[in-house]
Amino acid sequence: MIERDRGGRIFAHLLLILGVLIVAFPIYYTFIASTQTIQTILRPPLPLTPGGEFAENYGQALFGGVGRIGGVDVGTLLFNTSVMALGIALGKIAISLLSAFAIVFFRFPFRMFFFWMIFVTLMLPVEVRILPTYKVMVDLGLIDTYAGLILPLVASATATLLFRQFFMTIPPELVEAARIDGAGPMKFFRDILIPLSRTNIAALFVILFIYGWTQYLWPLLVTNDNRMNTIVIALKKMVSFADADTPWNLVMVTAILAIVPPVLVVVLMQRWFVRGLVESEK
Amino acid sequence: MAAIELSEVRKVYAGGVEAVKGVSLTIPDGAFCVLVGPSGCGKSTLLRMVAGLESISGGTVRIGGRVVNDLEPASRDIAMVFQNYALYPHMTVRQNLEYGLKNRRTPKEEIARRVEEAARILEIGQYLDRRPGQLSGGQRQRVAMGRAIVREPAAFLFDEPLSNLDAKLRVTMRAEIRRLQRRLKTTSLYVTHDQLEAMTLADQLVVLNAGRIEQAGSPMAIYEKPASLFVATFIGSPAMNLVPLDGPGASPLATLAGPGKAKQTLGIRPEHMRLLEGGAGVRADEIVLDLSVSGVEVVGAESYVTGRLANSGPEIAVRVPGYSHLEPGASVKAAAPLGAFHRFDAESGRRLELA
Ligand SMILES: Nc1ncnc2c1ncn2[C@@H]1O[C@H](COP(=O)(O)OP(=O)(O)O)[C@@H](O)[C@H]1O
Ligand SMILES: [Mg+2]
Repeated sequence: MIERDRGGRIFAHLLLILGVLIVAFPIYYTFIASTQTIQTILRPPLPLTPGGEFAENYGQALFGGVGRIGGVDVGTLLFNTSVMALGIALGKIAISLLSAFAIVFFRFPFRMFFFWMIFVTLMLPVEVRILPTYKVMVDLGLIDTYAGLILPLVASATATLLFRQFFMTIPPELVEAARIDGAGPMKFFRDILIPLSRTNIAALFVILFIYGWTQYLWPLLVTNDNRMNTIVIALKKMVSFADADTPWNLVMVTAILAIVPPVLVVVLMQRWFVRGLVESEK
Repeated sequence: MAAIELSEVRKVYAGGVEAVKGVSLTIPDGAFCVLVGPSGCGKSTLLRMVAGLESISGGTVRIGGRVVNDLEPASRDIAMVFQNYALYPHMTVRQNLEYGLKNRRTPKEEIARRVEEAARILEIGQYLDRRPGQLSGGQRQRVAMGRAIVREPAAFLFDEPLSNLDAKLRVTMRAEIRRLQRRLKTTSLYVTHDQLEAMTLADQLVVLNAGRIEQAGSPMAIYEKPASLFVATFIGSPAMNLVPLDGPGASPLATLAGPGKAKQTLGIRPEHMRLLEGGAGVRADEIVLDLSVSGVEVVGAESYVTGRLANSGPEIAVRVPGYSHLEPGASVKAAAPLGAFHRFDAESGRRLELA
């Protein structure tokens, strides 16, 4: 860090603090709203300090159910969303590790063709291929199932390319040493490749978990049953055109609860995350 | 314990490069064989075919009498030490040593015994719980050797294992590898481009050039009787002096021409010549050459004076004991005994013996 004059440092800090306030204030305000009665919320201005309805609102949302989304409780929504986000993150990691492994360490016919096929899918995100994908899911009877939520989002060209890049930095002698040590391909994969990739895996897990958690379009299409909704979809459904129809206090609770798991993942895995992005351990 | 036998081994790479062009060689049980040659001559390719890391395009490789052409590296009963060590970075030293043994389901007590013994021999006991990243280059090299030793293989294969070490450590490790191999008596095939390393390590020295064996034999036999111009200039430092007999300045040497009409090149090692300074006399069996000094290289205990033969002839290096005060441009006379000259066919490069 460059040492600068005191005034400059104070100015820089003020600017940063201002930035933090601008980012944090809406979240704080959402939290305030989640502790008020609906009447207080509907009668602006909203106070800047927490109200007394914390236990009442959170209890009702988590265990009582919310009327506008078919009486489903937020606990179920959190569970659904966690299953989906974890499924997508872990599934993507597993598949891209294996496909990168195949592409980098094996010589098979049409290897480069498959590599370019994977590469091309970068240009085909869910939004582009949504109709055929939906049709396939209907035919397979996967509407309103966890598999239906997860599978179409599991293939990942980005993660495959990332692992490929990393695998290519592994010295070929390491592969040869393992061969001489009697490790077959899958043993090499499990005992050497995966442990070496662990920081990359952790960083990718964080990114992909958040990607999965915030999915909107696909879960909206593939779930009809309110009990299969993800929290993001439910949040949308809770809000009506008419203010009076919308349980704003519960919406705020749901919004806060929707933020918590991704924040937890980031905070808990921060150390790994940063290491995975910064260092390429060999 | 096993001999390694190569017969007519060839390697053609997918791109059409013929890296090894028919090599036949027998390394007796327990011998230390060093393959030496310039970069790109196919040393690594040959070693990797013995290891099973590269497919064999032609010929057979036998280890301990068994043809291993189609065996996986792990089934060939060999261990290899790589130039960049190739230790598993996420495993401790102990785990690195154990990994190969675990994969072949060696009993636990046996693994512990072998790791213990290797650690004792190589003095790496205190690093067993560290990762390779926490070790110095020399320590890593020991661990890499430890990984080879614990396997108790029929043969050790080394691919330039000392090239990543600094000069001083290289000398120490060289001696250590030699000692270790004498002690374990495991047949070894060692690849290097460094002729000094090759000379000091080998029981059996094999000089490779462009995918073919130029000469094989004991280091001193090769040094004293190089079979070709290539070997003559490759083995020995500074290199042997060469004088084409039909070139400028060669007239005093004309009497040395062997029988036959072929064009010939004479060779003489710098240490077999002496400068005639301060009125030193010439013996009857010596030939005198006139040199104009072009440079002096002081090594410490000795110096090498280089000079052009008869102003326009080839450069000749002469070893001089101690410190030489000669200046470039000076004229000197150098004497060399007749018997110290080597004779080569200038076209084929082969050695010519006097009848
Ligand atoms: N995988 C490969 N594919 C094609 N050519 C190769 C390959 N490996 C080595 N070669 C070629 O084979 C020759 C011998 O290489 P190598 O055995 O590595 O030489 P050295 O170890 O003596 O330096 C070189 O000309 C090199 O370019
Ligand atoms: Mg090499």
